[in-house]
Amino acid sequence: MGAVGGGALLVLAVAAAITYYGRWTWLWSEYLTSVDHKKIGIMYVLLGLVMLLRGFTDAVMMRIQQSMSLDPNPGYLPPHHYDQVFSAHGVIMIFFVAMPLVVGLMNIAVPLQIGARDVAFPFLNSLSFWLTFSGAMLINASLVFGEFAKTGWAAYPPLSELSFSPDVGVDYYIWGLQISGIGTLLTGVNFLATILRMRAPGMNMMRMPIFVWTAFCTNVLIVAAFPILTVTLALLGLDRYIGTHFFTNDGGGEQMMYVNLFWAWGHPEVYILVLPAFGVFSEVVATFSGKPIFGYKSMVWATVAITFFSFVVWLHHFFTMGAGANVNAFFGIATMIIAVPTGVKMFNWLFTMFRGRVRFSVPMLWSIGFIITFTIGGMTGVLLAMPGADFVLHNSLFLIAHFHNTIIGGVVFGMFAGINYWFPKATGIRLSEPLGRASFWCWLVGFYVAFMPLYVLGFMGMTRRLNHYPNPEWQPWLILAAVGVAIIAVGILCTVLQIVYSIWKHEELRDTTGDPWDGRTLEWATSSPPPIYNFAETPQVTEIDAWANMKANGGGMFVRSTPYEGIHMPKNTPAGLLMGLFSIGLGFGLVWHIWWMVGVSAIAMIAALLVRLFDDDIAYIIPADEVKDTEMRRLAGAGQS
Amino acid sequence: MTLLDLPEAHSLHAKQHPAAHEGDAELTEKTVFGFWLYLMSDVVLFATLFAVFAVVGRNYAGGPTGQELFDLPYVLIETAVLLASSVAFGFVTLAAQDNRKQATLLWMALTFAIGAVFIVMEVYEFHHLIQEGAGPDRSAFLSAYFTLVGTHGLHVFTGLFWMIISGIQLARDGLAATVQRRLGLLGLFWHFLDVIWIVVFTEVYLIGVL
Repeated sequence: MGAVGGGALLVLAVAAAITYYGRWTWLWSEYLTSVDHKKIGIMYVLLGLVMLLRGFTDAVMMRIQQSMSLDPNPGYLPPHHYDQVFSAHGVIMIFFVAMPLVVGLMNIAVPLQIGARDVAFPFLNSLSFWLTFSGAMLINASLVFGEFAKTGWAAYPPLSELSFSPDVGVDYYIWGLQISGIGTLLTGVNFLATILRMRAPGMNMMRMPIFVWTAFCTNVLIVAAFPILTVTLALLGLDRYIGTHFFTNDGGGEQMMYVNLFWAWGHPEVYILVLPAFGVFSEVVATFSGKPIFGYKSMVWATVAITFFSFVVWLHHFFTMGAGANVNAFFGIATMIIAVPTGVKMFNWLFTMFRGRVRFSVPMLWSIGFIITFTIGGMTGVLLAMPGADFVLHNSLFLIAHFHNTIIGGVVFGMFAGINYWFPKATGIRLSEPLGRASFWCWLVGFYVAFMPLYVLGFMGMTRRLNHYPNPEWQPWLILAAVGVAIIAVGILCTVLQIVYSIWKHEELRDTTGDPWDGRTLEWATSSPPPIYNFAETPQVTEIDAWANMKANGGGMFVRSTPYEGIHMPKNTPAGLLMGLFSIGLGFGLVWHIWWMVGVSAIAMIAALLVRLFDDDIAYIIPADEVKDTEMRRLAGAGQS
Repeated sequence: MTLLDLPEAHSLHAKQHPAAHEGDAELTEKTVFGFWLYLMSDVVLFATLFAVFAVVGRNYAGGPTGQELFDLPYVLIETAVLLASSVAFGFVTLAAQDNRKQATLLWMALTFAIGAVFIVMEVYEFHHLIQEGAGPDRSAFLSAYFTLVGTHGLHVFTGLFWMIISGIQLARDGLAATVQRRLGLLGLFWHFLDVIWIVVFTEVYLIGVL
């Protein structure tokens, strides 16, 4: 209930502050109804960071519990509560922290990097965000109404079936993920169309920034993998709602079919998350080394290879299923092969830094921290890829240590690198460096203190998800892990302070140049934050690192020969927001079997869509004079008038 | 679905807005491309359901088998009906290209009617099976059968609803660029459902009866 009270208090405080400063209209027109990819990106990142606080609170609760609960001490979390906590932790961290951060950074950077005015389908983008938001709200509603799943984040049947989980927890899980999953799928379609159809003239595929390449591959994976999750959860839902027998113990159901389907989505999902992080590191390392990325082509092909292989390794999540030695050998070898393109990337980053003029700004610190940490995580992954070793380590804390090693060391570090790197572009304000450094060091040290003990515990035979345990030799390591989490907590506090402080000191930290890091790609060729239309004139691209070339050749984008023209842009619309909010009602009604609410919400969603479809007045023109004024201000700010 | 052709950053109706950077043709091209991407994700969705049917399609759990339940001639008529609706939609496309509003509406009404016959036949088949005690809760085989065929049916139903919306829009706006574009997407969707049905007919009914 503390979480409920705290959450409610926070929401009330924010609402009161908005009312006090009279910013509701601003919020409505600038963010809630916006179809601008930059604003939507900021909202995604904000959602991800807020949910990070929630997911991290769960982590703290688990670490405190396990540091205490050596038998006969039961700890402070009873099993049915503890089980919800670890399930919610996994679900929130993957779906509502990592995914929103990844999609948020893609939103902020991709259209700018390819020289486009927005994504291919701006309204769809707004709808995607609000569906993701609704999924997150539905998961959090379980704090107040009923309870969450006690099944772990993968919700394996038969445990997740009605006969063993008769309460609403699994239903919250199903509908929260279904609603946000549809949003993610639409994002995938949208960004593929954007990247394939809206690049600036001259930017062929092999001139795209690496981040765009990784975003492209991630969206291929989204379109190819998310429908599998949709079907899997739908089948589990049918088992629970109408008594089908897909995964039940009786009636011919196959539990292992769920596990196969879940990971046929789940393993590509790992790369959906980590590829954009790789992309961020590629941008950051090149920029802060003052050099083009080393081995651009090998970087692209490594990304494509990882994309392909991510679909043929899913069985390594359950070697213990007993599929036979040959099947396990195939998936084991395929898994090890992924280490090759990943290794190529590692060397590319190292060689980019080699003999570069490396500037150790905050994004670069995160990148270097990543290179070391992720390499360790990758190597423990190759260990687990051996079926023989996996039979010993399966479901042990060694596994937990491994995937946190890659997800924190890869995805989280990547997202923090990206947030520090693009924050000035998205908002026009540079983030405080000292607080950023403090955050990085706390996270790095805290990570090692928190997770290295888990490798040891894995070797000592401790399995995951234990509420209490009999072995006194485990306790010192679990206490050490709890200390690590405390250090990470300070890191998270520093991140929050960093953002708050930077917004407070925005006059001092304002980026007037539009190019605070001496960047190499097109997002730095416009002001910070960019005007709503991004570029008054579509950039012409002749090489990789288009902006670095323009600067080297004197001016580039700054030179304007032709008169400014009016720019056609989509209007804001509340349709995405409304459809998202109605989808909360839809999900909530489904969870609690309130069928009138399901009907009303579904009709309301369709009605909102139809109103939108029948609306012809969806675009407007920014007059040429206004464009000219905006551009003049930009040039004056950049000292280039 | 039609979500894709909503407001476009670069797009506009060149006639209405002189500062156009991108004409209707370019917008249509981008929208159709996006819709194809959506259809590919739908292929994955159906592929997953086909895989599920392949895995549990013979888990009868002591209940009836496909051989006992399926009435092939009936399903063949169902198939013919669905294919006929696709032919009818071909004439919608032709009429729309020729800018003949009345003919477009008429052919679409015909497509709708034939599509509705398909849905009615399917609902009747489901109803009949459930009456016989062979509902989706009887066995894993029937769970997979109802889910796969029902998902296709749900798509067809969505297509019918979309036709009503398109019909209203067509009556209101005539064959404007937006209407033409959405008709094109609807056509892709409708023909796509035929392709899926062919696989359903083969994997579920033909092989099921063998």
